[in-house]
Amino acid sequence: MTENHDNVIELEDVTKVYQMGEIEVNALAGVSLTIRRGELTVIMGPSGSGKSTMMNIIGCLDVPTSGRYILDGEDVGKLSDDRLAGIRNRKVGFVFQTYNLLPRLSALTNVELPLLYGNGRTRRERSLEALAKVGLADRVHHKPVELSGGQQQRVGIARALVKDPAILLADEPTGNLDTTSSQEIMWIIQELNRQSGITVVIVTHEHDIAAHAARVVTMLDGKILEDSRQEPVLVPEPGLT
Amino acid sequence: MSLIQTIKTAIASLGANKLRAGLALLGIVIGVTAVITLMSIGRGTTEQITGIIQGLGTNLLFVQPEGEGQLTLGDANALVDPVYAPTVLASAPEIRTFATLVAGRENTNAQVVGVTPVYLTARNLDLASGMFIKSQHVDNRDEVIVLGSNVAEQLFQNRDPVGEYVRVNARRYRVIGLLESQGGGGFGTFDTQVLIPITTAYYRLSGERTLTGDVAVSLINVQVRDLEDIDRSIEETSGVLRLRHRITEEDDFTVISQQSTIETLEETTNTLVVFLGIIAGISLLVGGIGIMNIMLVSVTERTREIGIRKAMGAKRRDILFQFVAEATALSIGGGLLGAAFGYWMTNAVDGQTLGTQTFNTSFSNEFAALALIVSAGIGLFFGIYPAVRASRLHPIDALRYE
Repeated sequence: MTENHDNVIELEDVTKVYQMGEIEVNALAGVSLTIRRGELTVIMGPSGSGKSTMMNIIGCLDVPTSGRYILDGEDVGKLSDDRLAGIRNRKVGFVFQTYNLLPRLSALTNVELPLLYGNGRTRRERSLEALAKVGLADRVHHKPVELSGGQQQRVGIARALVKDPAILLADEPTGNLDTTSSQEIMWIIQELNRQSGITVVIVTHEHDIAAHAARVVTMLDGKILEDSRQEPVLVPEPGLT
Repeated sequence: MSLIQTIKTAIASLGANKLRAGLALLGIVIGVTAVITLMSIGRGTTEQITGIIQGLGTNLLFVQPEGEGQLTLGDANALVDPVYAPTVLASAPEIRTFATLVAGRENTNAQVVGVTPVYLTARNLDLASGMFIKSQHVDNRDEVIVLGSNVAEQLFQNRDPVGEYVRVNARRYRVIGLLESQGGGGFGTFDTQVLIPITTAYYRLSGERTLTGDVAVSLINVQVRDLEDIDRSIEETSGVLRLRHRITEEDDFTVISQQSTIETLEETTNTLVVFLGIIAGISLLVGGIGIMNIMLVSVTERTREIGIRKAMGAKRRDILFQFVAEATALSIGGGLLGAAFGYWMTNAVDGQTLGTQTFNTSFSNEFAALALIVSAGIGLFFGIYPAVRASRLHPIDALRYE
């Protein structure tokens, strides 16, 4: 357990080295970052800056080569694959650029998925509740192909929320969406952060997305170039359909 | 993930690609059907043969010479002895040879059996017409003959052969009787045999001679008074013959009971049944390889799904169980269908003829259970490798997979 419960993410001098054949690639060259509970942080940077690696480590999809990572009070730096899977299940809600919904399953069943891999009581109620939060209460039995891109991403957010994770980790959440849908998604994310106090980390390279965050971490060449706080631009409430 | 949820997920995944699942299933269905049908035919044939042997009467012992030994008419007569062999009811010696029979322009090859009058009751034979061989025929080495029904039909068509003549090795034999047809058309039937007095067979047809001048016989049928005394009869028969042959060490004859013949035969045919099962099992194996193939394709196609599930917190064993459950569901489903189809085939084939062979089948629940267990095992075996591959995928690579 850790010292400070207000810190959800604590990265201490984290490095990640990939072996690409003969060449060693330093994807992360010593990164330290602390994110407090309830923050909405955007990680920015050009491709190759290490932001994807950073996201994978924060999301417990990968482990650092060296350094320490404490997520919600648990040291997850050197856990086995299965233990990491357990951490992901309990503490991380993923939102992907390509939504990554299972095409055969209804919106409801997709949202139930994380609950299948944990203690899955009251699966139905919790999933319906999560879908209602993103304004899709009337579309729960639709399959992904029957939904618009924005609606699919809202299903993705509902799926990420359903287990009440410590962090919501969104990787280019609006990358595949038009402006209107992007605004909807950003509004939902901002609302979740502001109303429910959910810690959000968004990885993006879009500056107008970054404008909605209170904190922007800019990365370059595997290091943090800049870590700045700002007054976030509030997204106007859209009429969700 | 709970077991029920795993099974539900597996069945839902299979349902998403029905044609493919159906084809993989078909391989197992064919395999299981083949196993059950072939084993049922094997078992049915065994039962048929056993039935024929049992029809001969289980209260018979067969005494045969072994090694240098010879059995004679004297030995056969000595076995009917109320003092030394009280459990023996009758002793019917026989000599067997092959000969060509000619009547008019017809001829046929048949097994010629030299017998004594008691053979009729000892072997449970019935006459269709005429009479059987009498003592005086044996005493006089008369050239008389009793025909089996098929032989009579070949030589005399539908006429009553009694009173006609048949040439055997250029000598004329008078037909004195015709045996009732035994039917069945198998092994050991008298329909294709003819009977003559044992002495006639010995002096006219047999090449074997004895030092003592007594008539050598090829086999003695010993009829036991009571089936329960069969073991005692074997002892008594052996005792009498050992005395007569002055044996101190190894017997120069063997006594075989009908029961032991059946047991030996059952052992042999059971091996046959197992062998048939194994051959059919190969098709089951091929079905299993089909499942493995489908599962490997499925794992590759669903790499992204695996990545998503892992990102959502699926552990290795969750993914492993999911894919193993799919493979096993396929093979068990195929096994159940195959068992039903095999049952149907077994009944459909029963009594059908192919050429001269009539199929007799005997379905057994054990075969169905065995085939089911084996097919489930095959699904498990061939499902594990693809499932392990799926479970080992790294979530990042799997999510990136296009």
